[in-house]
Amino acid sequence: MAGPRNISVSEASRPVLPRHAKLKYDETRKVWVILAPERVLAPDEIAVEVLQLCDGKRNVGDVSDQLAAKYAAPREAILADVIVMLQDLADKGFLTEAREKTS
Amino acid sequence: MSDVLPTIPPDASDSLAVLEKQRSTAETFGIPLAVLLEITHRCPLQCPYCSNPVELDRSGKELTTEEWKKVLSELAEIGVLQVHFSGGEPTARKDLVELVKHASDVGLYTNLITSAVLLTRERLSDLADAGLCHVQISFQGIQEGLADRVAGYKGGHRKKLEVAKWTRELELPLTVNAVMHRQNLHQLPDIIQMSIDLDADRLEVANVQYYGWALKNRAALMPTVAQLDECTRLVEEARERLKGTLAIDYVVPDYYALRPKKCMGGWGRQFFNISPAGKVLPCHAAESITGLDFESVRSNHSIAWIWQNSEAFNRYRGTGWMKEPCKTCEFREIDFGGCRCQAFALTGDAANTDPACALSPLHETIFKQAEREAEGETNRFLYRNFAGGTLESENGA
Repeated sequence: MAGPRNISVSEASRPVLPRHAKLKYDETRKVWVILAPERVLAPDEIAVEVLQLCDGKRNVGDVSDQLAAKYAAPREAILADVIVMLQDLADKGFLTEAREKTS
Repeated sequence: MSDVLPTIPPDASDSLAVLEKQRSTAETFGIPLAVLLEITHRCPLQCPYCSNPVELDRSGKELTTEEWKKVLSELAEIGVLQVHFSGGEPTARKDLVELVKHASDVGLYTNLITSAVLLTRERLSDLADAGLCHVQISFQGIQEGLADRVAGYKGGHRKKLEVAKWTRELELPLTVNAVMHRQNLHQLPDIIQMSIDLDADRLEVANVQYYGWALKNRAALMPTVAQLDECTRLVEEARERLKGTLAIDYVVPDYYALRPKKCMGGWGRQFFNISPAGKVLPCHAAESITGLDFESVRSNHSIAWIWQNSEAFNRYRGTGWMKEPCKTCEFREIDFGGCRCQAFALTGDAANTDPACALSPLHETIFKQAEREAEGETNRFLYRNFAGGTLESENGA
């Protein structure tokens, strides 16, 4: 089965795009897109940056640390924004959580 | 940052358009994001509302494997991002795995729109290995009796359930497509539950659109206003309840609307499909409009050229072709006068206002007729086939 549904994004979540949602740079239109079943979404620059960090290994806290360092911005504000953005994506069915490796 | 993702319009035919700008009378139109490939008209099912034209392409006219591969490469090159392999029944083509593989190799996101009845687990697994991204399976109801009767195919429903299970086992995302009409709308709550039980990601509640085969079967399919109101209520309730679990797309029949739908996002604005024989069409029903000459991928022209310059695509683009009441209507750049195929089928002229619009002089007559048909007792289907249709026997099937 694919990853869990109905996820609630928190600082400890390790989100990742599911197999059916592909982040891709569209050379024709010069924009980043998320390809999903019957959908093409246009994430903004920040969302693209967040999603590129969501590799299923980093948790939301790690992602926020990295962005806070890069933009010299308050971590708490970044964390809150990242959670809202990822939760929105999860509610639309375009985000899952990495499973624990049992091996 | 919370609104980085544009709102997804609920209309299925418009949902791929989130990247397209709302241009009204521009001379050029960017290449669509997604293209529907009707790779064959062959299908073991005989659904009486089939969206294929009444004049079906026979297998001898179908593009070859090499021709489809060339089409796929060309689409990727000009900026198309997604392709839908559809039909007919796309799995009726022996080369489907090869075509999906090629589409993946050239970077296209691939959807399979299928009735599922011809699939084996092994073939589905091969399709997944070839890079298939998403499977959409049509359902005609929730139990064998009605579902198999609508499809005109015994054992179909049971097979669909099986293939849906394999789809999820192979970790492919699943969309349940439920085509709704008077004879199955009462099953909607169970169809929603069935979609959850099948672990589907999406459900399309698609009310029948009445052209082609469905227009021939309108008296047997048209829902009542009360049924439709209940359907809308159920969908809205389920969307709220199942947020994050099951996404629901909803297509209403336009006969009971006051304003027509922005069909295909407007003629030649954001959509085209390719027929089994290679015709490049502004809509899958466009060949029903006589007097239009559609160019083929077998011609000397590129697909991009056909999209931009061909007579058929430009005929009803923008607003210049409109007559009254569309011509001076304040909504003309919102709905583009509705559906050209429906205007042609119901009025004989594709340039007339779609009678689904309350401003059409024919709206009242057609609405009343639909209402009468919905209350009527005619439940026999005219099944879809290459012979021009076969009437259901008196006692069903």
